[in-house]
Amino acid sequence: MFFYLIRRIAYGIPIALAVGFVCFMLVQIAPGDPINAIVPPDAPGDVVEQVRRDYGLDKPLPVQFGLWLMKVVQGDLGRSLASGRPVWSDLSSAIGNTLMLAASASLLGFILGCALGGLAGTFRGSWLDRAAVTIAVGGVSVPHYWLGMVLVVIFSVQLNWLPAMGAGPGGSADWAWGWEHMKHLILPTVTLSVIPMGIVTRTVRGIVAEIMNQEFVTALRGKGLTRRGVFLHVVKNAAPTALAVMGLQLGYLMGGSILVETVFSWPGTGLLLNNAIFQRDLPVLQGTILVLAMFFVILNLLVDLMQTALDPRIKRN
Amino acid sequence: MRLKKFLMTACLVALPVLGASIAQAQGTLRIGMTAADIPLTNGQPDQGFEGNRFTGIPLFDSLTMWDLSSADKPSVVIPGLATEWAVDANDKTRWIFRLRRGVKFHDGSDFNADAVVWNVRKVLDREAPHYDPRQVGVTATRMPTLRRAEKIDDYTVALFTSEPDSLLPINLTNLFMASPVQWNKMRASSANAEAAWLAFARDPSGTGPFRLTRFVARERVEYARNDAYWTDKAKLDRLILLPIPEANARTAALLSNQVDWIEAPSPDTIPQLRQRGMVITSNAQPHVWPWQPCFTEGSPMADVRVRRALNLAIDREGLRTLLGGMMSIPVGTVPRGHPWFGNPSFSIRTDKAEARRLLAEAGYGPQRPLNLKVQISASGSGQMQPLPMNEFLQQDLKQVGVNIEFDVLEWNALFASWRQGCRDTSARGAHMTNVSFAAMDPFFAMVRFWDSKMAPPVSNNWGFFNNPRFDAMIAEARNAFEPAVRDAALARLHAAGVDEALFIWIAHDVSPRAMNPRVRGYVQPQSWFVDLRLPYIQ
Repeated sequence: MFFYLIRRIAYGIPIALAVGFVCFMLVQIAPGDPINAIVPPDAPGDVVEQVRRDYGLDKPLPVQFGLWLMKVVQGDLGRSLASGRPVWSDLSSAIGNTLMLAASASLLGFILGCALGGLAGTFRGSWLDRAAVTIAVGGVSVPHYWLGMVLVVIFSVQLNWLPAMGAGPGGSADWAWGWEHMKHLILPTVTLSVIPMGIVTRTVRGIVAEIMNQEFVTALRGKGLTRRGVFLHVVKNAAPTALAVMGLQLGYLMGGSILVETVFSWPGTGLLLNNAIFQRDLPVLQGTILVLAMFFVILNLLVDLMQTALDPRIKRN
Repeated sequence: MRLKKFLMTACLVALPVLGASIAQAQGTLRIGMTAADIPLTNGQPDQGFEGNRFTGIPLFDSLTMWDLSSADKPSVVIPGLATEWAVDANDKTRWIFRLRRGVKFHDGSDFNADAVVWNVRKVLDREAPHYDPRQVGVTATRMPTLRRAEKIDDYTVALFTSEPDSLLPINLTNLFMASPVQWNKMRASSANAEAAWLAFARDPSGTGPFRLTRFVARERVEYARNDAYWTDKAKLDRLILLPIPEANARTAALLSNQVDWIEAPSPDTIPQLRQRGMVITSNAQPHVWPWQPCFTEGSPMADVRVRRALNLAIDREGLRTLLGGMMSIPVGTVPRGHPWFGNPSFSIRTDKAEARRLLAEAGYGPQRPLNLKVQISASGSGQMQPLPMNEFLQQDLKQVGVNIEFDVLEWNALFASWRQGCRDTSARGAHMTNVSFAAMDPFFAMVRFWDSKMAPPVSNNWGFFNNPRFDAMIAEARNAFEPAVRDAALARLHAAGVDEALFIWIAHDVSPRAMNPRVRGYVQPQSWFVDLRLPYIQ
């Protein structure tokens, strides 16, 4: 297991390099100029060139990439072109905010998904099954930024029950687990949870239905096991697959909430990426994508380890 | 009876006290900005003029300032931290500025000539220990001829320009005075100058009417009134600024009472905002939304008849209806009545018959339609509503036989192309480009577009306009040091620009804002900026 862990962590290094390189090249290929994050559009040519030299943006691309890589190896993600702040200082607070949002959305989505999927799989073909499938398809199909805007219109603009944007009355810096702050989390959490809820519902439904049709379940029933006992066996068999799907979904939520965070002005990695893309803020873009990619790699590793713990039949070598 | 008398006396005594406390406690104003991040608070804000509006002028002052007190007349330059100035009679590149006495920075240190020299060096002297490349881009751009400063005595400085330039006092509205004492304090605990500027941005010190009290990166910045301000103090106790780049999120924040004031509500939400009792404000703004022609040989836009025809063919009233009234109709780069408007002979108006006649005269008609390509963006800061506006123009111009093809670029890419000029491959053969611009000072309004020396890569003469008559008029304006003479020269330049139809003037932005009716005392001047000392919360 120890060597397996080392090997999996080592796999992360080429992934990090590839992610960093692809991201760097994509930004270079895209039309536009990173210098626009620093100088206004009406800047005279000599000022533009002077600033370009000051920031090292006049150096050949391989040199720029190499310099960035050397800093990253030393734990320095560089400074934002737009704000001048260290990328890590903005990124660390953004990761905390996104993690909070992703965790709450995952929790809601997974609980609802498991419950709906479990019921639908157990009572396959019933009205309960049809209702759960309808909700699941709706959750996967509805664009979540649209849903976010609708929720804002209803609960913030019309009813004035919940705030429309932000991460607390004083910002995320003084976050506290009280109602005044938590109410800022409700609408983005609900919005973000619909996709994982839909996917988990469909996955769990499929696995549960499949397991329920297996002979060992019939045998368990034949041996007089209670419904609760059978249910526990089904859960144990369904858990590894459901866990893998949930792990992937949590990873997607960490990096894929750009639209929802923008709609709710939630100061997480999604909003950070969105702004960095529009400003061509290369260091922020590269640093954020690199950290998120690494997060995804680590999350997958954790899921694999948990799968093994839950089902020893799954061997890792 | 005695009790009644006592109560009346008590009321009479209490009323002024109560009134005074209401007058003093004028509340907290929360503003939703369009910026995606808090503009830099180091004294030279980024994020365009929204940065100057919210983290420049409220925290810092400049030697010369804009008069933002009136909504009825164009905003002009007035004394700020300098009380008077004049060019040296023997050396037209040397200006003498006399400084205001008794002004203190937020940290309690004195504002004086040393502070002015220090602030000029921060962006122009690469050898200065506090030189900051980050501030160069947003500053040197806006005062292109300033070269250095020299102390004459504690309250007098000499500023030197690269060439005689009467526009310097206007340009200096963009150089904000930061406290050298506060920066040195930050430098003592920072590894290098760059880190010191970062620390300074978190705890800045200027001389402005507000001082920064809290900074949460990317989320909010909070100010408190500067009770030691050198002139009329702000009425508000506190000011909170929130970056909310998404227009729908701003509107929702206002309607759900999370903010009291939002910048640039989208036109389609204005009826709803009005219906919910919000106040919509707007005013003429020196913000031009044009098509800028390419004048190179072979371009149809090199023909003045074509440029005039396009100016005459546009139904600007229809466009204004499309935008829910949120634009003003241009008659040039500056409005009629402005000191630089002049007396053009060509009148910008809608006259499709005359447009057709001019096009026919230029050789275009049903047999030979005029096909033009325009580079536009899908969105962008200050670009108003570029897609529906341009689609409207496309349909409108079709009526006079002009076929418009769009090359839609991302905003950043359009900027980059603007710097390269229409001869560059990035223009992709476009005959015009659609980049809106600020026209607050003559350099940005006219000089950079019409001076042949400003052709790319120097500045924004994208179309490579080259006319010795215009070069001579620009030189004349720059060498006119009496304000009235300078304005007269600029008026001649502007009138000539209109006569030559050097832009297709389509719309002027009116900078709409929406605010809660509790916000009182607000004045929207004819400017990009506002005086945040005036509003208060009722």
